[in-house]
Amino acid sequence: MNKHSILILLVLVLLIQSCGGGDEKTTPQENVDKGVGPIKTVFVGNIDASMVANGSKIFQAKCTACHKVDEKYIGPKLRGVTQRRSPEWIMNMIMNPEQMIKENEAAKKLFAEFMTPMANQNIPQDEARALLEYLRSLEN
Amino acid sequence: MKTKNYFISAIIIIALSAYFYSCSSKSDLSKDTDAASKVYVAPGSHDEFYGLFSGGFSGQMTVYGLPSGRLLKVIPVFSQQAENGWGYTEETKPMLETSYGFIPWDDAHHPQLSMTNSNPDGRWVFINGNNTPRIARIDLSSFRTTEIIEIPNSSGNHSSPFCTENTEYVVAGTRFSVPTPNKDVPISTYKENFKGNLSFIKVDKDNGRMNLEFQIRMPGFNYDLSRAGKAASKDWVFFSCYNSEQANTLLEVNASQNDKDFIAAINWRLAEKYLKEGKAKDEPGKYRHNVWNDDVHSATSTEKNGVKVLYPQDCPGLVYLIPTPKSPHGCDVDPSGEYIAASGKLAALIPVFSFSKMQKAVQEKKFDSDVEGIPILNYEAVLAGEVQNPGLGPLHTEFDGNGYGYTSMFLSSEIVKWKIGTWEVVDRIPTYYSIGHLMIPGGDAAKPWGKYVVALNKITKDRYLPTGPELTHSAQLYDISGDKMKLLLDFPTNGEPHYAQAIHADLVKPNSKKIYKLENNKHPHATLNEKDVKVVREGNIVRVYMTTIRSHFMPDMIEGIKVGDIVYWHITNLEQDWDIPHGFAVMGAQNSEALIMPGETQTIVWKPERVGIFPFYCSDFCSALHQEMQGYIRVSAADSKTEITFNKGQ
Repeated sequence: MNKHSILILLVLVLLIQSCGGGDEKTTPQENVDKGVGPIKTVFVGNIDASMVANGSKIFQAKCTACHKVDEKYIGPKLRGVTQRRSPEWIMNMIMNPEQMIKENEAAKKLFAEFMTPMANQNIPQDEARALLEYLRSLEN
Repeated sequence: MKTKNYFISAIIIIALSAYFYSCSSKSDLSKDTDAASKVYVAPGSHDEFYGLFSGGFSGQMTVYGLPSGRLLKVIPVFSQQAENGWGYTEETKPMLETSYGFIPWDDAHHPQLSMTNSNPDGRWVFINGNNTPRIARIDLSSFRTTEIIEIPNSSGNHSSPFCTENTEYVVAGTRFSVPTPNKDVPISTYKENFKGNLSFIKVDKDNGRMNLEFQIRMPGFNYDLSRAGKAASKDWVFFSCYNSEQANTLLEVNASQNDKDFIAAINWRLAEKYLKEGKAKDEPGKYRHNVWNDDVHSATSTEKNGVKVLYPQDCPGLVYLIPTPKSPHGCDVDPSGEYIAASGKLAALIPVFSFSKMQKAVQEKKFDSDVEGIPILNYEAVLAGEVQNPGLGPLHTEFDGNGYGYTSMFLSSEIVKWKIGTWEVVDRIPTYYSIGHLMIPGGDAAKPWGKYVVALNKITKDRYLPTGPELTHSAQLYDISGDKMKLLLDFPTNGEPHYAQAIHADLVKPNSKKIYKLENNKHPHATLNEKDVKVVREGNIVRVYMTTIRSHFMPDMIEGIKVGDIVYWHITNLEQDWDIPHGFAVMGAQNSEALIMPGETQTIVWKPERVGIFPFYCSDFCSALHQEMQGYIRVSAADSKTEITFNKGQ
């Protein structure tokens, strides 16, 4: 890592700390952490195959430049993400990444680790839901 | 007598110049917190108006927020812009094609907002290229030049591009008359051979597409500025003309001989009727028509030939000439459409003509004489009134919607406010220095927003910290909400703005595009998925199909290029987030970078001339790992056997 990047990282860490607000005192339980954004509750039931197929297509088109299923790439590997995060958190991270990496503790940690911000790919809610279903299907 | 007039004018000009450059210009506003608060737009807040300023000799258009005077954007129009690759990328190069070949420069004078019911509607803004006659249309959802049409049989496209009530037409009058069709004749045969063409460009009401519908073949005058009528006068367009002497040398003197030049009043509705009746003649005229397409992120340039020409002699009632003192520049129609203010640059008064009196004079045939069969109306019969002693060098008038006209005075360097109807001067205020055009938001419209007038000054001198011989041009913003005009702000401008228009932000801001959707990207060389990247050799042409996303190129390791190859870098930005362009720069490129908007594909051509390893990188700071956004391309000898290889990610 060159000096430039270290400096930028330091600035980013400071920025994140100064913008954090009141969240910092609470220790979020990741599995009930819904994140910040438009998604308040998501109903998940049995895996919906047609939604998985659609989600897989969207994943190929909009996500694979940075994410792989089974290995860390530009961003974290995604198999297992539905074990680590709540459905709401995942959809908020897809749809509202700028606010998430500023205000959500778990997302802030990820940003500090990966340093490339999660890209906002302007995914509408129905597509984010399909992506969630695809990610859920990876667990089986 | 005429010579004497000229000498008096010259003496006045010299005296005024001496006065202005010897006196201090600094009215002390430095402690005026009231003025400061009126132009203060708090950090993070937006301006009330978009100001669209022509770049003059920069060939561009610049966007300023008003009242703050903050520069928001430079829009490349007729000139290349290395900053974002305009005119350098393969996709944008066709926009600068003309019948003379690729011309990467022009002199852009007059922005004109598209109109609905004679009010700006926020869809497009048109601007003229004066030197190689062209009109460009800029889409106000992308702030990008999306169309350029060349104007044949024209030369010095100055009285352009002014639009009619509902943007049915933008008009383009020639400043320089030339032989039509252009041919090799002695210049001294001016009166016999030189003609002035007024072009009417039809604008598609849905998509804005321009079409050269017809031209009117006029006498060989210089056609300077224009405005369309409104309400009762909506079917008419008015052109100011000077050099009614038809001089062809030393116009400074020889075009200032007649006491009166003209305003040409053209009935464009009648022209359409004559066109339908087949009165137009088909005549030659080569031109290019260049159109940008957002789906393929590319422009096409089409060669065209031929134009329909109407001759006033064959079309009774099409054109009337209104005698107007001394080389008129502005001919500006008030918000009601009844009054036409003519600003004779060398006149000592501002005549204001009445449209209803003009109609009456036409009916009653109050003609003094004619020029080439075009009737000249009697001055007194069409005159509504004269603004007496307004100042020196009236150039251009706009209106505030509250019953007042504001005229710029080039020689006496001031703005003069006068009352419509009484024609009395009610206020005047100095400008620093030598104002050209002025601009009121909506000042040419049926319902002006008023509030401010902006002076577009020609001389800057001591207004800013000096920067050597070449200075920025100075704009000044005045409050016109009260009885007295008040100077609020100086701000420097880009190029040489001749004219500007402003529109309320509410009409533009909500439509502003944020990204180009990847799923709509139909560019023939787009790569919509990182897994589809490739490098393909076709003889000595190598096409690199590359993607970008924070913060890597794919591929970022390419081998098998040879000296003598022509490499096309087709780069698709996979980002779908606002304000995340990526730049692309490769060592030794003889053009520019490409700056690729989210979802867009752009192409840079690179001709490697040396063996070695050449880095490429992202030139737009995109993330914390921007410095890591780089790659290498290997160039081997022309006879090397190195095969094309590239990486496709881990």
